[in-house]
Amino acid sequence: MKHILKILGLLVIISAIWIGLLQASIVSSSHAWLLPVYLIILLGCYGLFMVGVGLMFFPTCPQESHLLQKDIAEAKDFLKRKGIDVNSD
Amino acid sequence: MGKNMYSIIIPTYNERLNIALVVYLVFKHLREFDFEIIIVDDSSPDGTQDIVKQLQLLYGEERILLRARTKKLGLGTAYCHGLKHASGDFVIIMDADLSHHPKYLPSFIRKQKETGASIVTGTRYVRGGGVHGWNLMRKLTSRGANVLAQTFLWPGVSDLTGSFRLYKKSVLEDVIGSVVSKGYVFQMEMIVRASRKGYHIEEVPITFVDRVYGTSKLGGSEIVEYLKGLIYLIFAT
Repeated sequence: MKHILKILGLLVIISAIWIGLLQASIVSSSHAWLLPVYLIILLGCYGLFMVGVGLMFFPTCPQESHLLQKDIAEAKDFLKRKGIDVNSD
Repeated sequence: MGKNMYSIIIPTYNERLNIALVVYLVFKHLREFDFEIIIVDDSSPDGTQDIVKQLQLLYGEERILLRARTKKLGLGTAYCHGLKHASGDFVIIMDADLSHHPKYLPSFIRKQKETGASIVTGTRYVRGGGVHGWNLMRKLTSRGANVLAQTFLWPGVSDLTGSFRLYKKSVLEDVIGSVVSKGYVFQMEMIVRASRKGYHIEEVPITFVDRVYGTSKLGGSEIVEYLKGLIYLIFAT
């Protein structure tokens, strides 16, 4: 199934629930009308929160840079001894 | 038990020094495996092909295959081109600029053997993985892009734009034919299409060292490309 259909399906379900809430007037109708707006705000908050969490716990690896430098030196040394031209630029 | 054969496809453009380093490191870390390295060079003016020929003399022409093209034709077609010459049961694609370290190759192969997966993709965003050399802006765009994709695309993998991957050859042949995107959206489309086709995808942590400070690959136009790619994938897959 195309992904857009899944998203549309989800939207249909959410709309159905919303219309249900409007009809059943469980919550006061002025609030019920604003529910989609709340939902969008909620989605935005979720996105910002996830980006924030992702940034806070962004995995970094400073030691890898040193290890790579060592590997590069080792490789250059080996290749030079084998007569391969590895002078940069 | 027949041993598996791995074809490592590395597209190059002006990677004269890096390709030599990568080849050395691949041979160092894959001693106990059967493999070949297929270098697809788009006629680099810096003499990349000369150094590849020297490497062929050192390691053997059957281990290092130079499959050059006459002009710069882009990444997606480079993989297609390399794939045509691959004799392995599995194909590994990686970058030549050492941001993908060959020391992770055994973990890709082990993961595939353990799980029988069709695709093993390297991810920077799990425990044991990581990135070095990105400023705050680069991290922010990366996280933002990732959250957007995870929210709207449900791709089933944690690192969409990473391009360090191992494919079963038949799976790569199947998926690559249906991919239309260019540039690095290509990598994203590959993994999303594979995921939608129901292929078994596993992840292994990798680290990514961006050695070229200041020349971040993510400018405004790349962000637009990414968003266009995302919307395209929502509708097309």
